[in-house]
Amino acid sequence: MKIEYYIFLSIALFCIGIVGVLTRRNAIIVFMCVELMLNAANLLLVAFSKMHHLAQKASNPTAGTDGQLFVFFIMVVAAAEVSVGLAIIVMMYRNVHSVDINFLNRLKH
Amino acid sequence: MNAIVISAIWGVIMMFSGILSKRSAVIRYIALTGLALLVVCNVLELGGNRFFEFNVHNMLVFDSFGLLFNTIAFACTLLFVLLSGRDMEKVGVHVAEYYALIFFILVGVSVSSSFNTLLMLFLGIEIISIPLYILTGSDKRNLKSNEASLKYFLMGAFSTGLMLMGIALIYGAQGNFMIGYGAKTLSPLMSAGLLLLLFSMAFKVSAAPFHFWTPDVYDGAPTVFTSFMSTIVKAAAFIAFIRLFSGSFGNVQPQWQMIVAIITAATLLVGNITAVFQQSVKRMLAYSSIAQAGFMMFALVALNNKASEGLIFYTAAYCLATIGVFAILIRMKDYTFEGFNGLAKTHPVLAATNAVFLLSLAGIPATAGFMAKFYMLSAAINNGHVLWLVILGVVCAAISVYYYFRVIQAMYFKEGESQEIVTTPAFRGLLIGIAVIVIVLGIFPQWLIDNLYYFIPDL
Repeated sequence: MKIEYYIFLSIALFCIGIVGVLTRRNAIIVFMCVELMLNAANLLLVAFSKMHHLAQKASNPTAGTDGQLFVFFIMVVAAAEVSVGLAIIVMMYRNVHSVDINFLNRLKH
Repeated sequence: MNAIVISAIWGVIMMFSGILSKRSAVIRYIALTGLALLVVCNVLELGGNRFFEFNVHNMLVFDSFGLLFNTIAFACTLLFVLLSGRDMEKVGVHVAEYYALIFFILVGVSVSSSFNTLLMLFLGIEIISIPLYILTGSDKRNLKSNEASLKYFLMGAFSTGLMLMGIALIYGAQGNFMIGYGAKTLSPLMSAGLLLLLFSMAFKVSAAPFHFWTPDVYDGAPTVFTSFMSTIVKAAAFIAFIRLFSGSFGNVQPQWQMIVAIITAATLLVGNITAVFQQSVKRMLAYSSIAQAGFMMFALVALNNKASEGLIFYTAAYCLATIGVFAILIRMKDYTFEGFNGLAKTHPVLAATNAVFLLSLAGIPATAGFMAKFYMLSAAINNGHVLWLVILGVVCAAISVYYYFRVIQAMYFKEGESQEIVTTPAFRGLLIGIAVIVIVLGIFPQWLIDNLYYFIPDL
C-alpha cells in the first residue's frame, strides 16, 4: 500500500484524539483520547519504518528498525503514564465523587 | 553519564531508606549526601573523569554545555533541599518517596541536557514529567492539589502526544532520529514535525499561548514542589528545547525564527501583565515564572553561543532567586500580599534576603538577574533580526518591577501584626549565603562561568 494511506489514517486518528481532548468533559474519556493520539504516532512510526526499510534495504539491511524500536519505548512510557494517570483520577474520584473535568475550576480566582 | 547512573541508583536507595528508617532527618541526610555526590561527580566529569563507560550508540553526548547545566541544576537542588527539606516533610508521610521522585527527575534532567536522538529527548522529558505529576498531587487530602495534578497530567500527556506525532513526522522525512542531521530545506513533513515539536515544547516550558495550565498547577501544587518545578524542571525543559532546535533545525532558523519571536513576545506580555493583577503571592510567582520563561525564550530566538552561555547563567540566577523567595513563602501563613505586611520589623533577615531575591527577579542592576537579562538581550541584539523584541523585553522588565516591588513595599512600608515564623539559624544563614551569591554573580558575572570552565581541561 502507498504510504499516503497510512499518513492519512494516522492523522485522522490523531485529529479525533485532539478533538476528543478538547471537547469531552469526562476525565477517563479525555485520557482515552490522549492514548489514541499516542497510538496514531505509533502507527505512523511503524509505517515509516517499513517505508525506509524498503527504500534502503539494498544498502543497509537493518534500515528502519529504529522506528519500530521507538514504538516499544512509547508503549512502555504510555503504560507508566496510564498507571500514574489512573491513580490520579482515582484520587480525584475519592475526594469529589466525580470524574468530570468541569470540577476543575476551583483554582480559578 | 556519572549523573544519570548515580541519581538513578540513589533514587532506588531513597525508596529503601523509607523502609529502613522512620526518622525523616535520617532520610534527609541521605538525600543531601546523594545530591552532594551528584554535584561532585558532575564537576569531575567536566574534568574528564568518567566513572561509567557504556556504549550508548551516540544516543547521548556529554558535552560541556550539558554538564555545566547539570552542575548548576544539581547545586540548586542541593540548596533547595537544604532550605526546604523540612517543609517537604509537612506535605505528607511518604518523605522518602518524595526524595526518590526528585532523584528520578534529576535522571530526566541529565538525559534531557545530553540527548542526541529524538528518542532520548522523549524519554528525558517523560522521566521528568511522570514523577512531577505525582509530586503535584502529593497532598492527597487537598482538593486543590488533586485538581492541579489531574490538570497537569492531562495537559502533559496531551503535549506528549503532540511531541510524538512531531517526532514521527520528522522520522518520515529524515529516516532516522538523530539530532544534528541538519535539515537544509524544510519539506512539508519536516515543517509539520517542527511545528508540533515547537508547540509541545512550548507546553512544557509554559510559553504563551500554551501557558494556561501553569498558574493553576503552580498554585495548586504543594508550595515546596512548586518551588522545584518552577525552577530546575523548567530550566531543564529549556535546555532540551534549545538543544533540539539548535541541533535539528539550526540551519533553517530564518524560517521559524518569526514564530518563536511571536511566542516570546506573547509570553512576555501575558506573564507580566497578568502578574500585575494577582492578589496571592504564590499565584503572582506562577505568572512571574511565565514572564521569566519569556526571557529565557530569547536564547531560542537568538540561537548563538552567547545565548547558550546566557541561558546557563539565567538558569543559575533565576533558580537561586526563586528558590529563596519560595523558601520564605512556604513559612508564611498567609499567601496574599497583605500577609507580608510588616515582615521587616519582626523578621529583618527574612525580609532583607527576600528583597534581594525579588530585586534579582526584577532585574535591578548589581544583582544576578540584571546580568542574566543583559546576556539574553545582548544575545538577541547580536542576532540582528529581532530588535523590536528586545525593546518589548525591556518594557516588560519595567512592568515586572511593579509587582515584585509590591511585596517589598508590603514588607518594609506597611504595618502588620507580628506573626509566628519558626526559623533556625542555619536556615537564615543559608538565605544570607544565597543572597550574597546573587549579588556577587550580579557584580562579577564571569565568575561563575570562568570557575566552571576551569574544570574543563582543553579550554
